[in-house]
Amino acid sequence: MMDGGKGFEDALTGEQKIRNFNINFGPQHPAAHGVLRLVLELDGEIVERCDPHIGLLHRGTEKLMESRTYLQNLPYFDRLDYVAPMNQEHAWCLAIEKLTGVEVPRRASLIRVLYSEIGRILNHLLNVTTQAMDVGALTPPLWGFEEREKLMVFYERACGARLHAAYFRPGGVHQDLPPELLDDIEAWSHEFPAVLDDIDGLLTENRIFKQRNCDIGVVTEDDIQKYGFSGVMVRGSGLAWDLRRAQPYECYDEFEFQIPVGKNGDCYDRYLVRMEEMRQSVSIIRQAIAKLRDCPGDVLARGKITPPKRSDMKTSMESLIHHFKLYTEGFHVPAGEVYAAVEAPKGEFGVYLVADGTNKPYRAKLRAPGYLHLQAMDHVAKGHQLADVAAIIGTMDVVFGEIDR
Amino acid sequence: MSEALKELGALIEVKRPDCVLSWDVSFGELNVDVAPSNLVEFVEYLKSDQNCKFSTLVDITAVDYPERAKRFDVVYHFLSMYQNHRIRLRVSVREDEMVPSIVDVHPSANWFEREVFDMFGILFSGHPDLRRILTDYGFRGYPLRKDFPTTGYTEVRYDEAQKRVVYEPVSLVQEYRQFDFMSPWEGANYILPGDEKQETK
Repeated sequence: MMDGGKGFEDALTGEQKIRNFNINFGPQHPAAHGVLRLVLELDGEIVERCDPHIGLLHRGTEKLMESRTYLQNLPYFDRLDYVAPMNQEHAWCLAIEKLTGVEVPRRASLIRVLYSEIGRILNHLLNVTTQAMDVGALTPPLWGFEEREKLMVFYERACGARLHAAYFRPGGVHQDLPPELLDDIEAWSHEFPAVLDDIDGLLTENRIFKQRNCDIGVVTEDDIQKYGFSGVMVRGSGLAWDLRRAQPYECYDEFEFQIPVGKNGDCYDRYLVRMEEMRQSVSIIRQAIAKLRDCPGDVLARGKITPPKRSDMKTSMESLIHHFKLYTEGFHVPAGEVYAAVEAPKGEFGVYLVADGTNKPYRAKLRAPGYLHLQAMDHVAKGHQLADVAAIIGTMDVVFGEIDR
Repeated sequence: MSEALKELGALIEVKRPDCVLSWDVSFGELNVDVAPSNLVEFVEYLKSDQNCKFSTLVDITAVDYPERAKRFDVVYHFLSMYQNHRIRLRVSVREDEMVPSIVDVHPSANWFEREVFDMFGILFSGHPDLRRILTDYGFRGYPLRKDFPTTGYTEVRYDEAQKRVVYEPVSLVQEYRQFDFMSPWEGANYILPGDEKQETK
């Protein structure tokens, strides 16, 4: 029986024809980065087809936004990409400011840049280190999360919340930063590059890390256009496309920073781009702090869409009425439609806002970069090993808060 | 910036008079109204023309205006990374009308069109795989239509007796709070009780 003489021809009968194997990857898989369900069709270990099922975290944000005032909608943005909350709020504020024509005071603008860059580091730290964990390294996330913790303390000291900040407001930012906080952020910005070098030393020349990431998930310029990529997915392939530079918003045009680009468009290049972007962000943070020190002043454009000063409320009846009306009825936004986009850490995060002149948005569409990146999963993962799927998901930087909305 | 956009809008209208119904530049953004029948051809033109080169699809969404005969506006956003400009296309459709799919021109439209179908029930003709995407498996209704209640119709809970998840009609302990804060002095057009004649004057 065991000599292969009998039953050998069984392999050729229809019963034993080799079929492709379908498996579910997620939604409880730790490398699925949240609630992603992938239906994978495997030929041996090679991925033949990949069908992402999303929506397991769908909360109906866009529907909820239609029945709330503009200001009440702001905290929803923290809950989209909860890895870098303030960058999302920024897009919402920019959309409202575009419609109302409000000019943000310079100090507020600088604070926004400062915290957007802190958000970028928060995001890249999480992404780089957890992607490393997906491919087998355990130490980087432990070191990275220590730094994230420090940054979240800066979030907390600015607005009182570690994660769900609601700090950027239409017309500026909620509160001014105390000078000690600026000193502490600056001190951190001098310590952080050393930590970054440590992580760099663990990963960049690590043989296993390179074997798992080099030539995996290669994205070409054609793919970028076809699948609508943005952010690091574009820059990893050698296109120096960055909204901060190409279509400057806030006061990014007066900052000096380089846009790192990759060469091969694989997972490894995207990792390198993220590491370099963190270094650039540190430099922007230092510049912003220096500028903030010579720029005292108000952090809210006082007017219809922002609350009056506390001292005015104590002395002026009109201010008191204004404050009451602002926080009950909310401000009215003139009718019109705008699209405002920011270079969020994950790519282009945009808000399409249709206003009808009342105190609530008629329709708000949130354009998440991860949605398009995940959509291309079938294209990018096809022909790779099953184990590479985890590396690709990691490098695409998907967060389900923003994809499922 | 908006000067260049005006030039571009005029150029597109001259080149494709059959596609462009109207165009304008507002808030520094170029809007073009397009007829649904010419959409695919027009998008292809925008992608390939050297002056436009709108090679990246940024977003597809829809807006519901229940009071209009052409109830939905399907809105397309495109970006050109080469020319560094953006454009917005608007296509008005009736509830029973289909929109041609642009998946063949922009593969990234796939999920966006699925989402619009899921949320508004607009059908895209020629779409390879028009399934629901964000809502639950077996969900009914189109949540982002204005006549769909925010609370929805069903709720889900785990039933201890049946040892499985069950779907039930929504029952609210407290009515869903839709406060009307609109000021009678500005914005809202209230008719005071007993003052209905005011309107007829």
